[in-house]
Parts: sequence; structure tokens; C-alpha cells
Amino acid sequence: MSIKRKPRVLAVASGGGHWVQLRRVAPAFEGCDVTYVTVEKSYRDEVHDARVRIVLDATRWNKLKLIVMMLQITWIVLTSRPDVVISTGAAPGFFALRIAGILGKRTVWLDSIANVEEVSMSGRKIGPHATLWLTQWAHLAEPDGPQFRGAVL
Amino acid sequence: MIFVTVGHQMPFDRMVRAIDEWAGEHNRNDIFAQIGDAKYTPQCIEWVRTLTPAEFKQRVQAADAIVAHAGMGSILTALQYGVPILVMPRTAALMETRNDHQIATAKRFKEMGRVHVAMDENELPAMLDQVSNLTTGEAISSQASPELISALAAFIHRADEKHETREPGATISDPPGTSKHL
Repeated sequence: MSIKRKPRVLAVASGGGHWVQLRRVAPAFEGCDVTYVTVEKSYRDEVHDARVRIVLDATRWNKLKLIVMMLQITWIVLTSRPDVVISTGAAPGFFALRIAGILGKRTVWLDSIANVEEVSMSGRKIGPHATLWLTQWAHLAEPDGPQFRGAVL
Repeated sequence: MIFVTVGHQMPFDRMVRAIDEWAGEHNRNDIFAQIGDAKYTPQCIEWVRTLTPAEFKQRVQAADAIVAHAGMGSILTALQYGVPILVMPRTAALMETRNDHQIATAKRFKEMGRVHVAMDENELPAMLDQVSNLTTGEAISSQASPELISALAAFIHRADEKHETREPGATISDPPGTSKHL
């Protein structure tokens, strides 16, 4: 590979706090070719320097929606060919990291700062598969992961 | 103006009803609420179901105080704009959320001096009585801690060391500190 190019980052978050937290780490994507994946069309309004792809908003309470969303995520991961996939949760990030992991991509799971007493269920499942697994609370860090490397505030 | 928000995903009728009843008893006409897919229809306060991120930010910035579920989107936005926030945590047993993480969030952020808390609808009215006197600390930065940002940036760029592709500043139209947040 002699062609110079910027790292491609796929940044994935569902709505509300997950999205707010993802946007708070956006300065880390400086100099990268960024594609966001989220669930609310209106979030496009606040992203001016990157692509935004929208997927179905599904939680693990709705299996059919989950399957559709998983297919959407699979398609996006395949077509956007990221070097790094990063997520602040929840379900869309879980699938994106799982698929990216299978494809040998480097991945980051940043567990939500809302998870104060224990790592999220998604985090416990996907964390061990992530290249970098982070918690935002020092007291939740463990030798085998997650690590604590700062928080979104 | 008091801005009430239940966040983007689920309704939180228990909180909305308590605020609506309190507003009725106290003849308050300075309350605006985003109530989501609520079954309860407020009688005494102005309300909408959803707001765009831009509208949400405007409402937060214009508010004297925010009353919200203990969700991180609401809390982080309030802290970023330096507006006092009173939170009431959702409870899993009442199907208001999937687990009780909001209870832990509320307690921890209260210990940090970042939020005021009403644990339930019974505690809420007394807290609302003082809503105009609520204080907040200094506004937080619009972005994550420098430690976290550099940890993530280092991780991302290590992948491309072999391509030497880092061209700082070359493509940035949204520099740190001015980036848009929900």
C-alpha cells in the first residue's frame, strides 16, 4: 500500500445519551475519514464534516427490528470498509463491533458513563471481542478489561 | 422557564404527571415539557412529544432549570450549558427502562455535585418548590476529557502508521471546541 489515505473511522451510537457521548469524543477523529451510524435522522443537522448513515432504532426487546438493523449494520460495515469501528452503545454498536471483529477490523467499545455500578450488558458481551474496551469509571476497570482511560466529561 | 425532558426513547409518565400536577397547584405557566410517547396528557403545562437536537439545545440554553429523567443525554447537555438540572431516575420494575442504571447514575452524579435528585414522584414536588434556587457547578467542556480523546486518537492512528497519512488540520471543518453537540 503506497497510497496515502486518512484512516477510515466508523462511529456508531444509538440515540440520546449514546449519541451525545459519541459526539463528545469526536475530536479524537481529527484527520480521519468519518462515517457516523445512528438512529435519528435529525442528528444529521449537527454533523457537518462527516457522512451519517441511519439505521432502524431497535432494542433487544424487538427481535424483528433487531434483525433488520443487524442487516443494515452489516451492509454499512462492508461498504464503508473502516479501519476502526468505535461505539458508545448500544445495540447498533454491538452489531457493528461484532461484524467488524469477524472481518478483522480494529474496534473500540466505550461503555456509557451511565453505567456507574457495572459495565453494560452489551459491554460485557462485546467488550472481550473489542480491540480496545473502555469503561468511563476507574472503579470498574479490571486487569482483563475494561480499561479506564478518561471519560466524556 | 423550566424545561422538562424525558429523553428520546421511552415515555416517563410518572414524572410528567407529578410535574403537571405541581404546576396546576402552583399556577405555574413557565414550564415546557418534552414528553415522548406518553399516555398521560398534561393539563397544566405546555408540551411536545419530540424535539430536534437543535430545538433541544435551544430549550436547554433558554431554561433557568431543567427537570429530566436521569439520562446521560439530558445530564451532559445541561452540564455543558451550565444549567441546573434536577433528575428523577426511571425504574425497571415499572417498565420505564431496561434496568436500574438511572438510579446509580443519579446517586453518583449527585455525589459529584453535578445534579439534584428526586428519587421518585413523592420527592419531586418538594424539589420543584425550590427549583428556582437550584445551583450548578461550572459548565463542563463541550468535549470529552483530553485523556480520553488522546487515548482514542492514538488508537486510531496507530493503525495507519505504515501509511503515514496523518495530516493534521488538512480536512477539519469542525475544530475542537466549536463542534456541534446534541
